[in-house]
Amino acid sequence: MDAVFKALADSSRRKLLDELRKQNGQTLSELCEHLDMTRQAVTKHLVLLEKANLIAVVWRGREKLHYLNPMPLREICERWIGKYERHRLQALSDLKKGLEQTKTKKTKTK
Amino acid sequence: MKKDQFVYVTYIRTTPEKLWKALTQPEFTRQFWCNTTQQSEWKPGAPWRIKAPGDLITDSGEVVEIDPPRRLVLKWRNEFRPELKAEGYSRLTYQLEKEGKSVKLTAIHEMEKEGSKFIEAVSSGWPHILASLKSLLETGESLEETREWPREACE
Repeated sequence: MDAVFKALADSSRRKLLDELRKQNGQTLSELCEHLDMTRQAVTKHLVLLEKANLIAVVWRGREKLHYLNPMPLREICERWIGKYERHRLQALSDLKKGLEQTKTKKTKTK
Repeated sequence: MKKDQFVYVTYIRTTPEKLWKALTQPEFTRQFWCNTTQQSEWKPGAPWRIKAPGDLITDSGEVVEIDPPRRLVLKWRNEFRPELKAEGYSRLTYQLEKEGKSVKLTAIHEMEKEGSKFIEAVSSGWPHILASLKSLLETGESLEETREWPREACE
């Protein structure tokens, strides 16, 4: 679990996970296109994410594809978020999203 | 060709043999896979299906490759949600690799098309089921929300 928190404690690595959330199964070159980082830096971050099991890797021929692996985060949720809390948290999260979207829309129409 | 694919990896403190049994045998799947069982003769080309309480067949397909306790590939189609069934067959691969005192379980679920509703639907269920499987093998208890049918995790 230390490896997971360490891997997440860096905004560049969180950005890499965001990229995979948008488009799963990207190669190193594809990931580099969307990020303002050197290829070496991206490689280094990917190694840490892979060690933490936050990224799973599949080879397709000579291409290495990176997938967001939600399992370590799922296990963290199981540990600290209870079965009944989950529904309440979902409701709160939906409310927050709904209200923030409304606010954005209003700002735009002004 | 572009396709939709999910890859889940979890490390479970158990043996490949025990994990294989848990993935295929009814007394285990009932506990972590929403009270469902999987029926197959478990040999290449054999039909395969998931049965929920009340004789509901939720998914069906066939065994493509089988190499216990290392690798299992299934052809897999949803059977009870027409919009998902219409997408046809997906492919599920389980890989079991011993790593020290644990087994690395990789589950790859893929469909040869983009924007698959089926892959989207199973992608939210898998982490629940796999987390529950891990809990069952490591602690003897599955997660409560995956013990009964129907549950969000299994639909």
